[in-house]
Amino acid sequence: MKKYFSFFRIQFCFGVQYRSAFLSAIVTQIPWGLMECLAYHTLHASNTESFPMEFSALTSYIWLKEAFLLLFSTWMTDNEIFDLILNGDVSYELCRPVSIYDMWFARSMGGRMFSASLRCVPILLIALLLPRPYNLSLPQSAAAFWLFVLTLLLGVFVAVAFCMLVYILSFFTLSPQGLRMLMTGAVEFLSGATLPLPFIPYPVRKVLELLPFASMQNVPFRVYSGDLSGTDCMYAIFLQLFWLAVLVFLGKLLCRCAERRIVVQGG
Amino acid sequence: MRKSIRLYFMYVSAILKSSMQYKASFFLMIAGRFFIGFNEFLGIYFLFSGFSDIKGYTYGEVLMCYSVMEMSFALSECIASGFSSFAGIIKRGEFDRILVRPLSPVLQVLGSRFDLARIGPMITGVIMLVLGIQSCQISWTAGRVITLIFMIAGGTVLFTGLFLAGASICFFSIAETKLVNILTYGGKTHGKYPIDIYGKNMMKFCTYVIPYTLVQYYPLQYLLGKTDTWQYALFPFGTPVFLGLSYMLWRAGVRHYKSSGS
Repeated sequence: MKKYFSFFRIQFCFGVQYRSAFLSAIVTQIPWGLMECLAYHTLHASNTESFPMEFSALTSYIWLKEAFLLLFSTWMTDNEIFDLILNGDVSYELCRPVSIYDMWFARSMGGRMFSASLRCVPILLIALLLPRPYNLSLPQSAAAFWLFVLTLLLGVFVAVAFCMLVYILSFFTLSPQGLRMLMTGAVEFLSGATLPLPFIPYPVRKVLELLPFASMQNVPFRVYSGDLSGTDCMYAIFLQLFWLAVLVFLGKLLCRCAERRIVVQGG
Repeated sequence: MRKSIRLYFMYVSAILKSSMQYKASFFLMIAGRFFIGFNEFLGIYFLFSGFSDIKGYTYGEVLMCYSVMEMSFALSECIASGFSSFAGIIKRGEFDRILVRPLSPVLQVLGSRFDLARIGPMITGVIMLVLGIQSCQISWTAGRVITLIFMIAGGTVLFTGLFLAGASICFFSIAETKLVNILTYGGKTHGKYPIDIYGKNMMKFCTYVIPYTLVQYYPLQYLLGKTDTWQYALFPFGTPVFLGLSYMLWRAGVRHYKSSGS
């Protein structure tokens, strides 16, 4: 366990070197979130009765999405892992006395936690200070806050477990670009990044909520504002745990297959 | 001038030949980009299954608006992707080599990339346009067809100007290159709704600072028959002025350029 924590820490510290790039990224994300809030505000004004969420819950959802963008963005994959597989350096990784799945999992978590932890603080602060109704409201209760933290962590685990499948599949395809684009394109919509899932009409929404993609950002961001609470919330956490177990199991299985038939490219 | 155009086409054909060497990955890229664009369409589709309109704009009208932005953005990214990856040219010190050649730097940077995989979002744009036209019942006249063409052409010029301005910023600072993304990608994504839904201040910003409304809100009013002021159809002709200003920034940048050395 200690060695995997070290992989986490190395990747975390590695990222700290790129501070200025993150600073400019923050400057772009605040206007992005504001534009979304403005659009939904107009939509809310035209259709107040049929609006599926509390408006404050929606703005909280938008700001949390911006703040934790890099925790959940499946398009922000660890390119180093793809390079390892493509240029054959993966053979060094295989020599190490660690499980390759666990090592990459820990590294991905480290990379994501770092990029998100640097960005989220200023974005959350600014979003909290914005004038109503565009602001990020405080969590409903202390209990909701702790549930938010728990589901957020579980959500990141599910997202990373999904990305691990993409990494391992590139052992077989050798062309990660196309596969990656197809996978991430689908996730954007299915996870509620393009449109929050409550806005999707009933029969389709029921199906989407069962899929593993709904267990990523959809759950924590809605728990925060109390849009998801009580038994629904417990059910969502159960689904998160279920999908995490399934994805990790699948990943480990594929990983074992890949390790058995691996052909190292180049030398 | 004729020589430059011929040279540009030689650049393009060389790039196309090289990208055709990896056919499978090329078509996967097109498919991937198509799906990413398609997400936004799905978003609009499902959003409007619950709501009838947004500030008076119906589902079809929003689709028309977004398809214009999507198509002009895709066209512009196809042509001007050399500008959007210009930070790399500066970082690697390749601009030195460009400067010593007896050919305009703009042409060389433009010719460095030609991203044909942008056909993907182009297809999304066309699909949305067709669906939009079907659900809108516009009485088509020659004037309206020309307005639509002006909007797409003007949008392409506007986004190209933004990419050029973004590349020019690289001469002054490499770190802040992400800043211009909010104007290009942001402009495309949030431009899916006519700008007036974002309120008066945003209208002013998007007319006098970055002239999105010239290709989007004003001509759209005429296209959708919300106004009889046909002069709005000519508003996209304002965008070359913006491109000219971007070019002046580029010239200032070239004069300011100090090699990063290698």
